[in-house]
Amino acid sequence: MQYKTTINGDYTIIALTGEIDLQTSPEAREQLLDLLKDRRHVLVDLSGVEYIDSSGIASLVEALQFAKSNGLFFGLVDLSEAAQQVIRLARLDKVFALYDTVEDGLAATG
Amino acid sequence: MTECVKQLVDQEFFAKPDQLKGLRAVLRERLAAEGCRRTLIDQLVVAVNEACMNIIQHAYAGDEKGKFRLELIRDEDELIVRLIDFAPAIDKSTVKPRNLDDVRPGGLGVHFIQTLMDDVEFLDSGSSTGNVLQMKKRIEWDHRCNTKQP
Repeated sequence: MQYKTTINGDYTIIALTGEIDLQTSPEAREQLLDLLKDRRHVLVDLSGVEYIDSSGIASLVEALQFAKSNGLFFGLVDLSEAAQQVIRLARLDKVFALYDTVEDGLAATG
Repeated sequence: MTECVKQLVDQEFFAKPDQLKGLRAVLRERLAAEGCRRTLIDQLVVAVNEACMNIIQHAYAGDEKGKFRLELIRDEDELIVRLIDFAPAIDKSTVKPRNLDDVRPGGLGVHFIQTLMDDVEFLDSGSSTGNVLQMKKRIEWDHRCNTKQP
């Protein structure tokens, strides 16, 4: 798994790419929580995710809950087919704020 | 019609997270070679990966010296997956999906497995230790069965 962050005002867009599994999800979790602890609103670009398992989903859920309890925004954008499949399977497609593009995500958050 | 039973994979892995990427690659390669369609391969990989995670995290509880065996068998219009570990026997009654309305990190693996596979059961390991998980999925194979091993 690789990640790349881009700053846009109060928002940080973090693009996660590759395979997010039991081996790599601890790093994804740490990156997401570190951004939120720095009081950044976060959009996670999942367009480059080739595989994500339940531990990767758990990292996203933990970050969402941390964001909610700290008054921060946390959304997912441009989900790859692999990410869509697993988020639907976990019935989390109505729980996360999902956007087609980073631009859509930024526009929706005002 | 000739009966087709073909062992696609019989391979041992260490119960370590860094083994999973290679295991998924083996699954993808062998299923694609049999003419299993891409969408179905994706589903099977998710289910088998989750079952392996359960072995690593729960059966062996992080003991990375532990090993488990993956068996993949093409049996007529079914795929049979067996995961055999040598950890202490788990309490099978605790292996059940949780309520997904309770949104929280973790606990999704059993739900994934039961949703994606047609049949999931623990077999008798024949010993006081070890666990044997068998999962089945009906498949319309695109390639005819050739039982000659490569």
